[in-house]
Amino acid sequence: MARIIVVTSGKGGVGKTTTSAAIAMGLAKAGHKTAVIDFDVGLRNLDLILGCERRVVYDFINVINGEASLNQALIRDKNCNLLYILPASQTRDKDALTEEGVGRVLDELSKDFEYIVCDSPAGIEKGANLALYFADDAFVVTNPEVSSVRDSDRMLGILSSKSRRAERNEDPIKEYLLLTRYDADRVKSGEMLSLEDVQEILSLELLGIIPESKSVLSASNAGIPVILDEKSEAGQAYADVVARYLGEKRPHRFIDAKHGFLRRLFGGRK
Amino acid sequence: MLNTSPALEFKSSTFFAPILILYTHDMVAIEQTLQEKINLAPEFFRDSPLIIDLRELNKLNQDLDFVQITQLLRRIGFFPVGIRGGNEQQNKQARTLSIPIDTVREQGNPITIGEAQKQEAVPEVTTAKESISPIAAPPQSPVAATLITQPIRSGQRIYASGDLIILSQVSAGAEIMAEGNIHVYNTLRGRALAGVHGNTAARIFCFDLQAELISIAGDYKTSEDLNKQTYKNPVQIYLQNHALIIKEIA
Ligand SMILES: Nc1ncnc2c1ncn2[C@@H]1O[C@H](COP(=O)(O)OP(=O)(O)O)[C@@H](O)[C@H]1O
Ligand SMILES: [Mg+2]
Repeated sequence: MARIIVVTSGKGGVGKTTTSAAIAMGLAKAGHKTAVIDFDVGLRNLDLILGCERRVVYDFINVINGEASLNQALIRDKNCNLLYILPASQTRDKDALTEEGVGRVLDELSKDFEYIVCDSPAGIEKGANLALYFADDAFVVTNPEVSSVRDSDRMLGILSSKSRRAERNEDPIKEYLLLTRYDADRVKSGEMLSLEDVQEILSLELLGIIPESKSVLSASNAGIPVILDEKSEAGQAYADVVARYLGEKRPHRFIDAKHGFLRRLFGGRK
Repeated sequence: MLNTSPALEFKSSTFFAPILILYTHDMVAIEQTLQEKINLAPEFFRDSPLIIDLRELNKLNQDLDFVQITQLLRRIGFFPVGIRGGNEQQNKQARTLSIPIDTVREQGNPITIGEAQKQEAVPEVTTAKESISPIAAPPQSPVAATLITQPIRSGQRIYASGDLIILSQVSAGAEIMAEGNIHVYNTLRGRALAGVHGNTAARIFCFDLQAELISIAGDYKTSEDLNKQTYKNPVQIYLQNHALIIKEIA
């Protein structure tokens, strides 16, 4: 049986897709057969971040509608042969996503994958609700700003009331906080919320802090998940996240501004 | 086609609906008072079924057009699902509107919401939750307290028909309601309404008061009116001479 992870937030542009690609790659690199599914029908970009956009033939909705088999639609990643991508449809309308259909695909995937990562669209509409409905674990991606924290809180309410686990009265979805696009300098100057501020409202188990980093954009332009860029802080932070999720104890990094005099003078930021 | 499963089945069950007791036939007064109640707990009243009780009104010999009241209630978002205590004319109107007629059983008087708002000569609208059941209702047993250990997040609503005890935080944008007392052994950032059926003796206790709104038996304060001194402190909140008192718990 696979463990189903939803990467969710409520708000858009916070780093869900970046996170989904990174942790799916991290889990696969750690030796676990992993599938990552793009639930963002109409706005697919997971395949871009994973650099497989030119190999997309069939998509998630084709599989739901029985127009293609899972094996036909799954794309094997070029960097890691334990990672598979199920892309979203760019053309079909969102109504094609149904609870029954999604459930069927997840059931089938569960048979030979260890982890299934569901990249949720923004909002609290159908797509987002279906992405989380079957989840066992939730990575709540939050930026250190008030509106993002509010939306995450709202999402947590939905996780604890509208999921299959909630409906069946099973153990609740395990919820983790991922604080992303964290800029220690702007936190220090009070422009952004601190980890403490965020935790006062959300009080969740912190899986990691992902610093704001230019390497994220270069990685996504290159179609390689940032976790493979071992030199970048964001890549290291995601590696920590995966290790912690798999049970390893690692101290949290990248919380404090520690830029040297020259860095501050020239405003460079890696 | 062979089909062994039956097409349908009857089961006896209880259905909860608030009862609206009218003391006036003044439509403007009814609408205004209802709107005030709705503003206080919009989520609670949204799309709520409602039983219209005309006993008191008919005792006062005030004539009321049942079609008109039904239209008013539907317009502001209620679903009238029954009439009780209507006269012959009103029951006839109900029948044409396909609204069932409930025969009144003598039970304890429902409690009024917002005792504090009661003044002479002011029309009063009362709601109370009661069960409508085809069989005689079982004797009321005391309601157990509801215990909640998980955080109540923005957008979530909790309703307890007795006391409500919450061990975790209540987020901004969440709403907790109880017919009895409310205890929050954590931070209260959302809306808390105790004694929602008019129990003026109900109290709210919380560890860390940062609420958006607090209310007891319909009397309320919003965060704007909350005293800076009690903000972020452990407090108890109760009604005294129709005033909400917020007192720090030492
Ligand atoms: N840690 C980060 N540092 C810098 N930019 C980031 C970071 N995480 C995400 N981004 C950028 O933010 C934008 C939105 O990210 P994305 O993962 O698509 O968010 P979502 O899926 O939540 O809408 C993208 O341009 C991405 O490159
Ligand atoms: Mg996305």
